[in-house]
Amino acid sequence: MIYFDNSATTKVAPEVLTTYTKVSQQIWGNPSSLHKLGEVAYGLLEQSRKQIATLLGVAPHEIFFTSGGTEGDNWIIKGTALEKQYYGKHIITTSIEHPAVLNSMAQLEKLGFEVTYLPVDKNGRIDPQDVAQAIRPDTILVSMMAVNNEVGTVEPINEVARILRDYPRIHFHLDAVQAIGKGIENLLTNNRVDMLTFSGHKFHAPRGIGFIYKKTGRTLAPLMSGGGQEKGMRSGTENLPAIAGMAKALRLLLTDEEAKVTQQRAIRQRIYDHVVQKEKVTVFSPMDEKISAPHILCFAIKGVRGETIVHAFEDQDIFISTTSACSSKKHMVSGTLHNMGIDEKIATSAVRISLDEHNTMAEAEEFIKVFDTLYEKFKAINS
Amino acid sequence: MQYTEIMVRYGELSTKGKNRRSFIDRLGTNVRHTLHDFKKLDIKANRDRMHIQLNGEDSDKVISRLRDVFGIQNFSPSIKVERELDKVQATAVALIKEMFHPGMTFKVNTRRSDHDFKYDTNELNDLIGSYVLENIPGIKVKMKDPDVTLRVEVRTNGIFLSHEKIKGAGGMPVGTAGKGMMMLSGGIDSPVASYLALKRGVDIEMVHFFSPPYTSEQALNKAKELTARLAKYSGRIKFIQVPFTEIQETVKHDVPSGYLMTVQRRFMLQLTAALAQKRDGLAIFNGEALGQVASQTMESMAAINEVTTMPVIRPVVSMDKTEIIDIAQKIDTFDLSIMPFEDCCTIFAPPSPKTKPRIDKAKEYEERLDVDGLMERALAGIKITEIKVGDEFLNQNEQAFAELL
Repeated sequence: MIYFDNSATTKVAPEVLTTYTKVSQQIWGNPSSLHKLGEVAYGLLEQSRKQIATLLGVAPHEIFFTSGGTEGDNWIIKGTALEKQYYGKHIITTSIEHPAVLNSMAQLEKLGFEVTYLPVDKNGRIDPQDVAQAIRPDTILVSMMAVNNEVGTVEPINEVARILRDYPRIHFHLDAVQAIGKGIENLLTNNRVDMLTFSGHKFHAPRGIGFIYKKTGRTLAPLMSGGGQEKGMRSGTENLPAIAGMAKALRLLLTDEEAKVTQQRAIRQRIYDHVVQKEKVTVFSPMDEKISAPHILCFAIKGVRGETIVHAFEDQDIFISTTSACSSKKHMVSGTLHNMGIDEKIATSAVRISLDEHNTMAEAEEFIKVFDTLYEKFKAINS
Repeated sequence: MQYTEIMVRYGELSTKGKNRRSFIDRLGTNVRHTLHDFKKLDIKANRDRMHIQLNGEDSDKVISRLRDVFGIQNFSPSIKVERELDKVQATAVALIKEMFHPGMTFKVNTRRSDHDFKYDTNELNDLIGSYVLENIPGIKVKMKDPDVTLRVEVRTNGIFLSHEKIKGAGGMPVGTAGKGMMMLSGGIDSPVASYLALKRGVDIEMVHFFSPPYTSEQALNKAKELTARLAKYSGRIKFIQVPFTEIQETVKHDVPSGYLMTVQRRFMLQLTAALAQKRDGLAIFNGEALGQVASQTMESMAAINEVTTMPVIRPVVSMDKTEIIDIAQKIDTFDLSIMPFEDCCTIFAPPSPKTKPRIDKAKEYEERLDVDGLMERALAGIKITEIKVGDEFLNQNEQAFAELL
């Protein structure tokens, strides 16, 4: 089996599962309990937090655990809106965000907030000058993805950060779900970024766990009210086995990161170099290293629906996806491609390959072989 | 950018005349303590400045430790290059590029301690400045208040480039003001008072009262952990734990509830004064702020203070709670301080303590007690721990957890 759908989810690492099981069996106390069992659980919770913070070069009290990327995005966007509504009700985001962001924005619009959706160019990048122009006196939040989940574009984070230095009151949020372990952590913990969203299952941790980074001094209203866990910011008994597992997964992910990134980039390049020669193939992902993540390649075979391509590869035991897993089952055209100005006819043919550090060049060669066979077969329907 | 040397400029101590040398030596020792685990460093505390040769140690880590050392005004990490113009020019461009943004302004400021170098300062300013201008499009020269000042120092052993002046912690080197005993409870105020005492150069020893089984091991560990957080300002701090159970039980039994607090506090202060005398402390420090709680009215302070003639210094006495919390957050003790463990001040808190206790009454009640005996037994039971930066007490399972993580 070849798994090239790592942006949808990743396989839990065996070492992470070991931690998960051990913690579930041995350290099952409630971290809030006063007795010894609680104390041990609390110790592990805080050590996990510290490990994650250290790996990212931030302070432990800037890390808050969540149930995943969707919760993180919802919390930061709505929490900022709740907290800062009396300063203003204007938010800036981009037109190519994940539904977790776009639908949170839609909800806020119903409540009277105004949202500016920035356009992107043919590479899926926003123009930082558009951010500068969209800023109003009542702007409270700029929320954008660090790496696009459908085509892998790296957004101009530093440039936006530089503009926002002149507006210290505006919260700057990055959806970093696709950006971790891809060699660009220094962009994320850039000193103007206030908040970051992460999701565990995108880097071999279990489902149902994630975390956000919130810079010291920035305020955010909690969405989960209750027993006061996470310093009152996110109530609910902590999912300790998953938290410890995620801390381990992050450590494993960032070990030898450079080599892993180089390998993913090489595999992606190899596949790109091959498919781009084909007459009916259009590649949507930018290939310039400066503006693209190493693990995502999005392309289309003209005249064949994306769904058909996915199933054809599946028959050969290769797993890829139409654009993003979240929209693919609903037969929606990719929001990102649409906003990149790509014709709907070809956009419906798009598929996405997404790699992780365990993929090999041999798998790329196998993929290419299968690709060629399928490409010939498809000639029957698309010539 | 990895730097090769850090030049440290001293703070106020340059104005202190005769004591200057001993201040500089003390600062040198403190810096060595703080950086004790970087084995390759070469630290020289000279009369005007301190030079730290990195010899390959990670400059980012060394810089983050140096920020907390009291007695440092500011410091500049620098890069040593060979005494050749092209090397200087190339490094200058690399340094400035790292922080470049469009429209940035700069100037070059050259000093020569080696006057035999083939270019003079004006020529060097010119040669380096114009090279930077040519190679970084969009940068501008500005003589007055530029965004970046590139400092170039020509010495006989090389040329040193730096562009950053990092603000130090200020204050006085810890130890230059002598030794004092700090009454550390574990709340928000006493760590802040400790920090302020350290800032003015006081070498503090922590005195912590604990009352098992009424207070837990965790409360004791919390106080030790707080000490470890504060140790980053001085390298190491001695922690003295004083058993207080017998005194609290006796006082509770024999003294009317309105005077429980006053009499207990008088014991604490007497014990601390006794420790100070034994250990050559010159003063007692605590975290009292005027008007915060019953024991912190002027009447209360007077009634408690009556047991000793030693100076009792209260660094946070006139601060508002919010001001204290701001500092606690800055020095990273707040989160720990608010951990909800019972300490010996809350455990026997009377329902309505006297806010205006009378000294004569307090003394009268104490006559019922064997004060000397109680003091003696408490002092015989003290335990002293030396706490260093990075020591951990709250999480005893760290090793076991490391395998899970």
